[in-house]
Amino acid sequence: MLKKISLLVAAAVVLAGCGGGDGTTSAGTGTGAGDDSIVMGFSQVGAESGWRTANTKSVQESAKSAGVELKFSDAQQKQENQIKALRSFIQQKVDVIAFSPVVESGWDTVLKEAQNAKIPVILTDRAVDSKDTSLYKTFLGSDFVEEGKKAGQWLVEEYKDAKDPVNIVELQGTTGSAPANDRKAGFAEVIGADPKFKIIASQTGDFTRAKGKEVMEAFLKSNPDIDVLYAHNDDMGLGAIEAIEGAGKTPGTDIKIITVDAVKDGMQALADGKINYIVECSPLLGPQLMDLAKKVVKGEQVPPRVVTEETTFTQEQAKQALPSRQY
Amino acid sequence: MAAMRRLIWPLLILAALLLVNVAFIPGFLSIEVREGHLYGSLIDILRFGAPLILVSLGMTLVIATGGIDLSVGSVVAISGALACLQISQDQGVFIAIVLALGLSVLLGAWNGFLVAGIGIQPIIATLILMVAGRGLAQLITDGQIITVNDPAYKLIGGGYWLTVPFGVLIVLAVLAITAFLTRRLALGLLIESVGGNAEASRLAGIRSRGIIVMVYAFAALCAGVAGLMISSNVSSADGNNAGLWIELDAILAVVIGGTSLAGGRFSLGGTVLGALIIQTLTTTIYSIGVPPETTLLFKALVVAVVCLVQSPAFRDKVFHRRRRPPSARPAEEKVRVTA
Repeated sequence: MLKKISLLVAAAVVLAGCGGGDGTTSAGTGTGAGDDSIVMGFSQVGAESGWRTANTKSVQESAKSAGVELKFSDAQQKQENQIKALRSFIQQKVDVIAFSPVVESGWDTVLKEAQNAKIPVILTDRAVDSKDTSLYKTFLGSDFVEEGKKAGQWLVEEYKDAKDPVNIVELQGTTGSAPANDRKAGFAEVIGADPKFKIIASQTGDFTRAKGKEVMEAFLKSNPDIDVLYAHNDDMGLGAIEAIEGAGKTPGTDIKIITVDAVKDGMQALADGKINYIVECSPLLGPQLMDLAKKVVKGEQVPPRVVTEETTFTQEQAKQALPSRQY
Repeated sequence: MAAMRRLIWPLLILAALLLVNVAFIPGFLSIEVREGHLYGSLIDILRFGAPLILVSLGMTLVIATGGIDLSVGSVVAISGALACLQISQDQGVFIAIVLALGLSVLLGAWNGFLVAGIGIQPIIATLILMVAGRGLAQLITDGQIITVNDPAYKLIGGGYWLTVPFGVLIVLAVLAITAFLTRRLALGLLIESVGGNAEASRLAGIRSRGIIVMVYAFAALCAGVAGLMISSNVSSADGNNAGLWIELDAILAVVIGGTSLAGGRFSLGGTVLGALIIQTLTTTIYSIGVPPETTLLFKALVVAVVCLVQSPAFRDKVFHRRRRPPSARPAEEKVRVTA
């Protein structure tokens, strides 16, 4: 019995020794790397839309030009993948973690782990609903509620002389994601002021073209009288356009279409008159992200909320902007 | 006759789902010709269900050999990605399709080789391609969504031929060929015998390995065609989302259709019905307006009910209480007396 215990103790000592040794060496290399270049772990939502891939490219390219070593991980739309990625970044002792949360909730535990490891976290593009704002340094991204409001304001302006009720169908983004929740809320808030605006159907299209088309087909059959389509991103809108054309209606005329994002395919459809209005949501936040990352690693104060600069496009504006569009 | 009796439950379930839709949307069953093609909710179900039916047909034969193929969703993504990439690089549509389907068959043969040649369990063997395949699809598309604009390619999944959706015609053709090969020729019997006992079949002179490789290749070919349809329907290839979780829907369709996961027996008609039930369920959710937050729960409940209704043991318990063995009766009376 005694022999066994002493063996265990010896083993524990050896293990602890190894662990300690490991810790010091990796900490040493960590600080060594930190002197000249920053290592950033970036966890992306996925590549579900043209917007997202433009966002990925922007981050990768600006990391290269800013001399930041980027460890990129694609979560493929799944929170568990993203949590795994964040844990692996923490283990690798990166200098700063940036990520776009797939969904809003359920991040407290892993963010706490990052905090305990003294790794600053920057949220990009999407927020988390955590009450403890000390868990992340700053949130860089668009104001989705504002985007929803802009979409609503255009609609109110467009139909200000109309007396008849306006039937609206909505294609929501991925259920539970911040852009879906906020774009829905902002839009509903603005149009809610006038009872003639009615959202008669609202379903998720998962931000993808295929789902947007499939859901819109069903909408067209179950609701014969649709005046307006509000899609939470361009891709779903583009899918819906195909469905509307297949039903023998003219997108942009028979059914007015409002989308958010302004990716190239969407802008093309806007210029062609198939979409009526696009609220921009710029994915090119790479340069701003690298600036923030450098400041955060140096320990400088950064504002807790940084909003990307964005605009809106009508069909005329789209024709002018299209040739110089990067994404 | 026995086969018909097995199909009666899936048929009743499908009819019930359609009735629910009719209750919510009066014109649900109407089909008209609009823009030079058939138009209506039923057509939508067939059109969007076509890829699932194809994948499920392939899955049926794999399951009949006692196997399972988890990689079909990835093959869907790979096939669409490769075809769209070729077309966007100004290759001919025909070459693009041949290349995409060729690669699909190759991937299926790889699965079959792992299962039959090396003896890895099917669920593990195909899991490899399920995970790696998504990566391969993204490698092909370079992580981007490839948009193509080619009317000939558009025909496969989004077009119409003589007012009928072209995808539905493809499904009918594949179904006819498969039914002929497996039910008119001995092939179906051989597949079932391999599923019943691969070793005994081999000793009886059946080339089990060859049959297994063939069914996996066939499943992948079906998935490849489905991939072309899905990407053609929206004129773009999305390596990440195309065919995501379709393998699970396909397995569900096969099971709802009455094919046993243990292998040794299969029903093509049942599988088609199963796939149609799943697609009708999806359409039902959109048309009756189930809130997106509860969609998955709703689906799960319906599927649970479908499976319970199909189970003879459950039906006996619930619907045929009186047919209990006579020995149970005195006990019931006793209880009543004491009460």
